[in-house]
Amino acid sequence: MAFRFSSFVSALLLTSLAGLAPASAQDRSIVVASTTSTQDSGLFGYLLPLFKAKANIDVKVIAQGTGQALDTARRGDADVVFVHAKSQEEKFVADGFGVKRFDVMYNDFVLIGPKSDPAGVKGKDIETALKAIQTKAAPFVSRGDKSGTHSAELALWKVAGVDIAATKGPWYREIGQGMGPALNTAGAMNGYVLADRGTWISFKNRGELEIAVEGDKRLFNQYGVMLVNPEKFPSVKKEFGQAFVDWLISTEGQAAIAAYKIDGQQLFFPNAEKKGS
Amino acid sequence: MSVEFSAWQLILNGDAALFAIVRLSLAVSLSAVALAALIGMPLGALVALTRFPGRSVLVVLLNAMMGLPPVVVGLAVYLLLSRSGPLGSMGILFTPTAMIIAQTVLIIPIIAALTRQTIEDLWAEYRDELTAMDVSQAGRMATLLWDARFSLLTALLAGFGRAAAEVGAVMIVGGNIDGFTRTMTTAVALETSKGNLPLAMGLGLVLVAIVLAINAAAWGTRVWSERQAG
Repeated sequence: MAFRFSSFVSALLLTSLAGLAPASAQDRSIVVASTTSTQDSGLFGYLLPLFKAKANIDVKVIAQGTGQALDTARRGDADVVFVHAKSQEEKFVADGFGVKRFDVMYNDFVLIGPKSDPAGVKGKDIETALKAIQTKAAPFVSRGDKSGTHSAELALWKVAGVDIAATKGPWYREIGQGMGPALNTAGAMNGYVLADRGTWISFKNRGELEIAVEGDKRLFNQYGVMLVNPEKFPSVKKEFGQAFVDWLISTEGQAAIAAYKIDGQQLFFPNAEKKGS
Repeated sequence: MSVEFSAWQLILNGDAALFAIVRLSLAVSLSAVALAALIGMPLGALVALTRFPGRSVLVVLLNAMMGLPPVVVGLAVYLLLSRSGPLGSMGILFTPTAMIIAQTVLIIPIIAALTRQTIEDLWAEYRDELTAMDVSQAGRMATLLWDARFSLLTALLAGFGRAAAEVGAVMIVGGNIDGFTRTMTTAVALETSKGNLPLAMGLGLVLVAIVLAINAAAWGTRVWSERQAG
């Protein structure tokens, strides 16, 4: 009885797995590892139906921080990566995990802070602002998750001449979470936080937060896309993945990115050059 | 006041995306409960009725594993199913199948541990009779599991509650893909991260309402069938 029962269970497991596993022949879908900003800002919700109508390919988006998205692809669990940390992306391609990286679009980072502005940084440039935050030990929320925004934040501390690893105190709070939670946290503790403009515009729980610093050219935020190397992972859906990459940098895809707006504000600015790196 | 408003509005409008999310949540968690019951109940009964060296260790282990963190189970299943993992060639990471597997692993200990306790208690009552009748081990397990079926319903509900409520495992192995692997709990996590707290809270209330309805239905079934069984 016990034996029959266990064989019944394994038979059931096998059939249920076989039945639910994707039939690769008909499966016109790809997995794209991307960042929280592209999803939380609603960009994918706008772009993917357009791409589906054009190419009849379903795009399944896993929204993670840039570092985690690249790791997912390094394990072969994604077909395409669409992220925003150029140096990490170039290393990914150089290590042979990606085929070729293409610029897709940019927007910019903004320093968000409480309306009361305890560090007095409003309207300053980013270098002065970060120095003031550190000097006054004003609460600062860091993503702390190896995301594109986290990389950018660390680079900006360097620009400001602050050795954040050595000087951080209780005012510097690494939460290890996505952009939205970081904004929620900053709102709750009246702190400053570096955010990408796309997520900020679409963010709904602003409370007392507002933009403190913007428009500094060091706050530039470039997004890139690349196909995961099919030679490394034969499971990569080369044809469909490349079709998505090609569409994003095509005239049509670029126009679609430019057309995405929230309350009349454009969130991302297309700047594909086609040649890739 | 507006907290539940947006979510209830979605329900009243018969929002297709919301129903798809609810349907997926139920399909995944109920499948996991069914699979975990098929494995966990015989396992629990077996541990209850057999004596072997190290049995107490196993009992403690089973009880402790009821507290397995979903995120750890999710990570373990992720590493197994990843293309770079031992089962990567199956290509089922980021699918509902992967989510069912993770939740099944998560709740097997709950169902097994609660079954073991129930069966052991019942065994104390049945021992003389079953021993006198010289019933085989498998026969004892079957008899006890059948006679304890109403009490075991609680084990199933505990497993279902755990599966329906967890977010850590399904987030990692499912990827929270819109329209494909997004469940009630991952949708709540997503809306929270977008700062859309009213919608997140509303979805949470919908989830609680559904779990409540399922528990009420299970209770009703139990009362009804106990009456039938006399």
